[in-house]
Amino acid sequence: MRQYIIRRILISLIVLLGVSIMLYTLIRLMPSDYVDMSTSSSINMTDEMRENIRALYGLDKGIVEGYIDWLGGIFRGDLGMSLMFRRPVVEVIGQYAPVTFTVAFIALVFQVLIAIPLGILAAKKQYSMTDYTIVTLVFIGISLPIFFFAAILKRIFGFYGLNLLPISGMLTARVNYDGFTFAKFLDYAKHLILPITCFVITGCGGLLRYTRTNMLEVLNADYIRTARAKGVPERTVIYSHAFRNTLIPIITIVGSTLPSLFSGAAITEGLFALEGLGNIALRASYMADVPYLMGFNMFIAVLTVAGFLISDILYAAADPRVRLS
Amino acid sequence: MQEKELTTKQRLRSIKKFNARKYRELKRLRRRRSVPVSEYTTQMADPNNLLEIDDLHTYFYTDIGTVKAIDGVTFQIPRGKTVGVVGESGCGKSVTSLSIMRILQEPQGQIASGAIRYNQLAQNRAIDLVKTPLKEMQKIRGGEISMIFQEPMTTLNPVFTIGKQLDEAIALHSKKMPKKEVAARSVEMLKLVGIANSEGVYKMYPHELSGGMRQRVVIAMALACNPNLIIADEPTTALDVTVQAQILDLLRSLKEKINASIMLITHDLGVVAEMADLVVVMYAGRIVEQGTVQDIFHRPMHPYTIGLMKSRPNFVESGDRLYSIPGNVPSPIDLPNYCFFRNRCSQCIAACDGAYPPLMAVSDTHKVACYLCENAQGKDGE
Repeated sequence: MRQYIIRRILISLIVLLGVSIMLYTLIRLMPSDYVDMSTSSSINMTDEMRENIRALYGLDKGIVEGYIDWLGGIFRGDLGMSLMFRRPVVEVIGQYAPVTFTVAFIALVFQVLIAIPLGILAAKKQYSMTDYTIVTLVFIGISLPIFFFAAILKRIFGFYGLNLLPISGMLTARVNYDGFTFAKFLDYAKHLILPITCFVITGCGGLLRYTRTNMLEVLNADYIRTARAKGVPERTVIYSHAFRNTLIPIITIVGSTLPSLFSGAAITEGLFALEGLGNIALRASYMADVPYLMGFNMFIAVLTVAGFLISDILYAAADPRVRLS
Repeated sequence: MQEKELTTKQRLRSIKKFNARKYRELKRLRRRRSVPVSEYTTQMADPNNLLEIDDLHTYFYTDIGTVKAIDGVTFQIPRGKTVGVVGESGCGKSVTSLSIMRILQEPQGQIASGAIRYNQLAQNRAIDLVKTPLKEMQKIRGGEISMIFQEPMTTLNPVFTIGKQLDEAIALHSKKMPKKEVAARSVEMLKLVGIANSEGVYKMYPHELSGGMRQRVVIAMALACNPNLIIADEPTTALDVTVQAQILDLLRSLKEKINASIMLITHDLGVVAEMADLVVVMYAGRIVEQGTVQDIFHRPMHPYTIGLMKSRPNFVESGDRLYSIPGNVPSPIDLPNYCFFRNRCSQCIAACDGAYPPLMAVSDTHKVACYLCENAQGKDGE
């Protein structure tokens, strides 16, 4: 087991190296340039001055040279300075990650809590009214474009509708809080209700359908018949014998959603004006902020690799037939 | 052309409607909270019988029509005897056993009519398993009537240890037994079915055992609560020949030890000859012949039984081709009202065009559903 994890980590490092080469090449090939973007409005700027700034930011170098520089920085533990924020990339990510993570984590918890029980219920009552209702709702949830659904939610609950919930931002404007009080927490919570609802409704469909299909398959298995023939009560058959088997593939899915907890949905964060990583990354790519984009994307890549490793380990924990070696 | 398609569509729609109604009826039936005991207690026709299946009809309501998997089956399982049920695949052997246990795939599979009277010796009463509520049924399943399934590779839950699965079976039916005793009983059962390293196997997962070992575990599970009736659904089909003999010996000796009845479902006539006291031959959901082992093996009367006997490998001289009954089992949907075997039978007579032949007694123990035997009464004794 330990050997397996060590070997996986070593392989991951090679994968990450390859990923970083591809990312750097792609980002540098973007047809936009930070210096051009940020200086386009000042008339006094000459080409010579622009070249000077480029040299200062290290953008005058070729892709290969630039990549080697960036990689050197990595080995020194330095992700560079964000051009847009004029602060270290690590600091920028550290500042915006909590928001994205909080929203995504709460959304994920709700998704799991809604999708798995409803999926089991739908499977248990296959072809009943309950089943059809759940499947139809899920289908609506999957098919709805998130921007459209967000707009509907805003219209219903926002200022022009029921006027119950704020439609954008993280805190109510022009309200000052001293320190982190309960009132501030409530204000945060209120602002996050709509974005989280958006995530949950559009995101839990896949997991629910997966749970349902899996459960149906497991419920037809021979060992479920054996359990019933032993005299096991129906409730135990479903929630112990069948559920443990359904859980195996679900764990893999939930485990691999780890990176998406941080990458966030750039669109949803943008729609609700949340200052999260996804929203910032979108802006950074307009501005061709190379160091930030590299830092952010590598962060996601590391989480993806870690997510797969974690789901593999969880898989082995849930299924006795799987042995990691 | 257009018209024909429309009628097919209409037919399918009417089937769907019919099925939906059947599902609803079943749902309503299952929703009943408390069923009075008097509703499912009954009287055994013969108190020496453990189980009496009386005109059982089990149907599957599928999208293309109603499949009459069992269509009027009547037979008895006497106390302490082994009844062999034979027939080719799809003739309703397994469905009969699932009906007794009431573990049909609901709502598609339902017992349409008939009675399964079970002599509940411990409580000195007889109950009709068809009407028994699920809660009561769960006490009987595994405790008084237990089942051995045919697929040892898939009948054990892959995520639980052998010990946990055995313990569960025991603990469910003896609720007051302390955990330690339950575990000790499980290990004892594993030893009983001939597993050498029983303590070790107790902690193993199913995938760590071979097919033969798993089948032993399944048997141990079925016998753990000293059942009155063991339904063995092709217990040896998936095993190789040497293991088969061991398993059968095991079943026989255990049966004597706990004085249980066995319903042995198989398509292996050799197994039946070796194990059974009584034999039931099924074809397309009905019984075509039943009698004692001697009746069936020495004096088979129904052309189908005769064909089955002839298609055994040990019947042929070396160099001969193996005999096989020509034709196939008829489609189980919309079966006609004449002998289902007519199209495959080489000895048809004029009467065969008439209605489906009833079971006719040839002797006290021997019954055949064939017009050929109509005048054969007493012939058995020759």
